[in-house]
Amino acid sequence: MNGENGLAELIIDVENISKSYGHVEAVKGVSFAIKKGELFGLIGPNGAGKTTLFKMLLGLLKPTTGTIRVMGTDVSEVWSREVRAHTGYLPENIAFYDHLSGLETLLFYARLKGAPKSEVSELLDLVGMTEAATRKVGEYSKGMRQRIGLAQALLGKPEILFLDEPTTGLDPEGIGAFYNILNDVKAREVTIVLTSHILKEIQDRVDRLGIIGGGKLLASGSVKELRAALGLRSTVRVFVKDKVHAVKEAAIKAGGEIASLKENLLLVNCPNGSKMVLLKELMKEGHLIADIEFHEPSLEDVFMGYAMGGEV
Amino acid sequence: MSPVLISTVAVKEFKNSIRNRWIIGVSLILAVMALAISYFGFSPRGETGFGGFDVTIVSLASLVTYLIPIIALTLGFDTVVGEAEGKTLELILTMPINKFELYLGKFIGLSLSIVTSTVAGFGIAGAIIAWKSGTEHISDYIFFIISAILLGLAFLSLALMISVMVKERSKAIGWVIFFWFFFVLIFDLVLIGILVATEGKISTFLFSALLYANPADLFRLLNLASIESVKTAYGLATITKGKAFSQPFLYGGMFIWIIWPLLAGYFIFRRRNC
Repeated sequence: MNGENGLAELIIDVENISKSYGHVEAVKGVSFAIKKGELFGLIGPNGAGKTTLFKMLLGLLKPTTGTIRVMGTDVSEVWSREVRAHTGYLPENIAFYDHLSGLETLLFYARLKGAPKSEVSELLDLVGMTEAATRKVGEYSKGMRQRIGLAQALLGKPEILFLDEPTTGLDPEGIGAFYNILNDVKAREVTIVLTSHILKEIQDRVDRLGIIGGGKLLASGSVKELRAALGLRSTVRVFVKDKVHAVKEAAIKAGGEIASLKENLLLVNCPNGSKMVLLKELMKEGHLIADIEFHEPSLEDVFMGYAMGGEV
Repeated sequence: MSPVLISTVAVKEFKNSIRNRWIIGVSLILAVMALAISYFGFSPRGETGFGGFDVTIVSLASLVTYLIPIIALTLGFDTVVGEAEGKTLELILTMPINKFELYLGKFIGLSLSIVTSTVAGFGIAGAIIAWKSGTEHISDYIFFIISAILLGLAFLSLALMISVMVKERSKAIGWVIFFWFFFVLIFDLVLIGILVATEGKISTFLFSALLYANPADLFRLLNLASIESVKTAYGLATITKGKAFSQPFLYGGMFIWIIWPLLAGYFIFRRRNC
């Protein structure tokens, strides 16, 4: 759980935290750790406890039990200016003071964070909001607010970024631009904790992720590890020109499991780690094959696997 | 404690009051009210024209007791609860500013709004009154402005306490109405009721304590008991005898009314989940 590189690189260490509201237990005994520079995704259905967990990580809520160490400080017990100065947060559906302009908004938060004024114009430029900077935030579209929100989160060059559903309200172009910025930020060894319900969007971007359900951490690890743990396999769709049985025999010989055969379409489940063996074997019958498509189990498949009661 | 962070929040709050024309609006109301009272103060006698500061203070003090508390309560009642409902509080609390600095910054910013509007409103009116009818009792008028500011700050402090006590803005409005009715209208009726019921045989200590339990009464005493002629005319000369009703004590009482709700509000805010 602490990662291959050991405890020294841990920037967030969550130990057995729970949070109750009266009789309702929103978070139940969750433990995980995040290494410096990692992009860690938290996914789960609505009401799973993601927001409560996020608020506890940010020190906004005190856990009922357990400890949360951020940059070595127990934020569940101690309010730390130092930790907050090195943390950026972009809440879901961010709200600003509508009467302030984008520029004034960033200047206000820059002063609170102790960031130099020069950073504000750099960040406005980075998120493509320079031209609209003098307009009031109340006149902004949701996407524009989100971009100002990202700029706000990046003020003070944080070491940890908490992003709660960061692409909500962004158009596809905006989403692309957002992840480009995030790539640059990640290249600076910034640790990023991200929640998203658009699993397709994050599956190739996160280093590791935690799946939350019913207030519990159902699983954590890289997408590859989680796929393997669930026994999810790649599927190969083979479009056969002729002699379907010969192709089928080749697939079986390579260890493939025939999922279905409909007319000229052969669906083969590929055992983990034997994709190339299967491909080589099929290529021996290449003259009989019109096309081949590989399908990796998506993060959605992984999520559904755990949500349906997959083993941790 | 970081003065930079406190001033950042205070400046934002103050600028907000300028931007939404709160300061100009309140200044105008206070100036017009003071000028109207000064000019029409003698109209029951069939006369009009600017009266002196002493006459103006007597009439103004009664009106200010009603007006300043509601102005201060409406200025501050949604300071925290409004930000919590508007979702801006959550973000600000993730910044390197603690709840004390945020709370104090807000109080200072809003206090500046009250100070500016009161000084501007009554100041402009005072300048015109001085020009038209002379500067006699001008020092009493200056102390009247100071006490009006303190009254405003005491109710602002209560307003901030309301804003952290409740989770919904609508409930805060309810508390504003309750506090205003209680301190401005009901309290004195109850006090009179006690005096009538006990046929005035109430201990001086208890009577003083009851007057100190209401900032609006402290304000009245500060102004009506400060001018000898007024004191005698209002029958205050006998009841306001003694150290407890000396100016330093009355001002001290006002300061306590600013500080205790502020501290109580902060402790509630500190325990509050966002």
